[in-house]
Amino acid sequence: MEIPESVKKRLTLPAEEHFYAGHTACQGCGASLGLRYVLKAYGRKTIVVIPACCSTIIAGAWPYNTLDANLFHTAFETTGAVMSGIEAALKAMGYKVKGEDGVMVVGWAGDGGTADIGLQALSGFLERGHDAVYIMYDNEAYMNTGIQRSGSTPYGAWTTNTPGGKRHFLEKRHKKKVIDIVIAHEVPYAATASVAYPEDFIRKLRKAKEIPGPSFIQLFSPCPTGWRSPTDKSIEIARLAVQTAYFPLFEYENGKYRINMPSTRKEPKPIEEFLKLQGRFKYMTKEDVEILQRWVNHEWEKLKKLAGVFG
Amino acid sequence: MPIRTVMKANEAAAWAAKLAKPKVIAAFPITPSTLVPEKISEFVANGELDAEFIKVESEHSAISACVGASAAGVRTFTATASQGLALMHEVLFIAAGMRLPIVVAVGNRSLSAPINIWNDWQDSISQRDTGWMQFYAENNQEALDLILIAFKVAEDERVLLPAMIGFDAFILTHTVEPVEIPDQEAVDEFLGEYEPKHAYLDPAKPITQGTLAFPAHYMEARYTVWEANENAKKVIDEVFEEFEKRFGRKYSKVEEYRTDDAEIVLVTMGSLAGTVKEYVDHLREKGVKVGAAKLTVYRPFPAEEVRKLAKKAKVIALLEKNVTFSVGGALFQDFSRALVNQKEKPILIDFILGLGGRDVTFGNLDEVVGIAQKAIAGEEFDEVNWIGLRKEIL
Repeated sequence: MEIPESVKKRLTLPAEEHFYAGHTACQGCGASLGLRYVLKAYGRKTIVVIPACCSTIIAGAWPYNTLDANLFHTAFETTGAVMSGIEAALKAMGYKVKGEDGVMVVGWAGDGGTADIGLQALSGFLERGHDAVYIMYDNEAYMNTGIQRSGSTPYGAWTTNTPGGKRHFLEKRHKKKVIDIVIAHEVPYAATASVAYPEDFIRKLRKAKEIPGPSFIQLFSPCPTGWRSPTDKSIEIARLAVQTAYFPLFEYENGKYRINMPSTRKEPKPIEEFLKLQGRFKYMTKEDVEILQRWVNHEWEKLKKLAGVFG
Repeated sequence: MPIRTVMKANEAAAWAAKLAKPKVIAAFPITPSTLVPEKISEFVANGELDAEFIKVESEHSAISACVGASAAGVRTFTATASQGLALMHEVLFIAAGMRLPIVVAVGNRSLSAPINIWNDWQDSISQRDTGWMQFYAENNQEALDLILIAFKVAEDERVLLPAMIGFDAFILTHTVEPVEIPDQEAVDEFLGEYEPKHAYLDPAKPITQGTLAFPAHYMEARYTVWEANENAKKVIDEVFEEFEKRFGRKYSKVEEYRTDDAEIVLVTMGSLAGTVKEYVDHLREKGVKVGAAKLTVYRPFPAEEVRKLAKKAKVIALLEKNVTFSVGGALFQDFSRALVNQKEKPILIDFILGLGGRDVTFGNLDEVVGIAQKAIAGEEFDEVNWIGLRKEIL
């Protein structure tokens, strides 16, 4: 459908679509929104590399395809390596890669494929300095295989392999800070983003494109199926993740941190507000909530210090 | 003018890669293959080879980066061995399934445990079901030539399959031999400017590769890999012929040696073929009717040539540096398959030897021929024999 110019002018997101209807994501899926925004920001001259994950299915089974861009499906742990090969080949053929009018090589991998099995290839990709953008869409568990915990699953979450029981109760480890690992590579640009704030996400995608070298974005991406949450609450939950400082939005650029959201001038909302909309947290005790809150506070204070915010 | 010089097989492989002008090389060090990418990185550093060299963090990423690069539409190359090739295993299937003509040099080495860096063929033989073509070199010249040949076959529109070229660890990788380096111009004419004939990621024409295929479509995709392997049999013959015309060196999938009136034919691959041919000469002097045959191409399996060979002998002895536990060697299975429905067939006897770099001596081969002669005489024999085992330490 053609969008009238008068409407286009008022849009806060690019009108163009390269991620079509008819995909096979669940209702309320954050990942499908995220990929749609990526292609809005980067357009058709993009090569998306997708490892084994929900997006393998979402993009469509042969002969169907929902992406209007090059799409390369690869093995679970290989995203960073395959991106490296594609980028090198494009350069060898004389293409401009990244930057204005450049071909975009984008890794689109879940949290399991990034924080766990794909961490080595990600590290190699970052350390070698390839001109490409790696996006980790973080739905905090292995959702495609049926909701198993990943390194990115938070403390207190129910998953199918942290099911509770007398001796082992829920996830007992805090969320792995993948972005800290990425920043330890001294990348030129790394950021967190959320599907609840698409303008912010698209701005970061554009920055990730402009800045030479490897860029990384960790995108908070709700999964109603795995989080046992209502399908119409995904955006609200993602917003609360930011407002509680559970998943603060920030950028790391040229060695400097900058916090985008929530405000550093007032107290973030209590973590319960984020937890209460999701069935995966309903088994947490009062003590569990306190433990998680202490972790959120600790990480938030740490981030504020890194960003030079002193309260 | 071609240059006549001396070099190790690893250097010959690097020279072959340089002559083929790949645009992307991604490699990770492993004994005994490390020298191949090392030498290539020198070529790149000196400006003698215009390519992107990706210093990856594992063999898994080496082959994954080659897959990405090849899928983007350039010629790619890497080298590995042993555990490194085993680590690549998962991605080898993907490369073949996507029909990407990647070429890999393999310094054939054993697999752990126990740790051993020396020669046998277990690494590449274990990859035989991945869909890749497999060539085995007898000497350093063959290592160089077969890499060029492999590129040509792999990139043929009727084939579009990846290929690996095996050459024995240390026996070839680290041994200096005379090698003729072909002219760059002659190689350019032979291989031609690289143009991807497979589906590739053109930024102007988006496609999807490696997509999910349901049971209704998966089998057909796999069948095309089968078909490509069948097609490769003919294409390999054509390329061997063209190579001989241009460079004067003759190759065949199964190379026979003094087989015409042979009762016993010793079949093997790689550098062992050199030893075996010399052994055949030695026995012929004593009047023993023995011949030899070498498989230069292992995948696609040259069943037709094997059947022709089988007609000549009473016993075919398979000398192999690999094991499929509880079955025997891989060649034993493959020969059995090629001959099982033939009305007349020779006796097949399997010999597992030379594992983990153990020398294969004339004494070992005497034992092989002794067992073959017992079989001809109608005496009992074992189908699978481990030759040269040190029973005193078992």
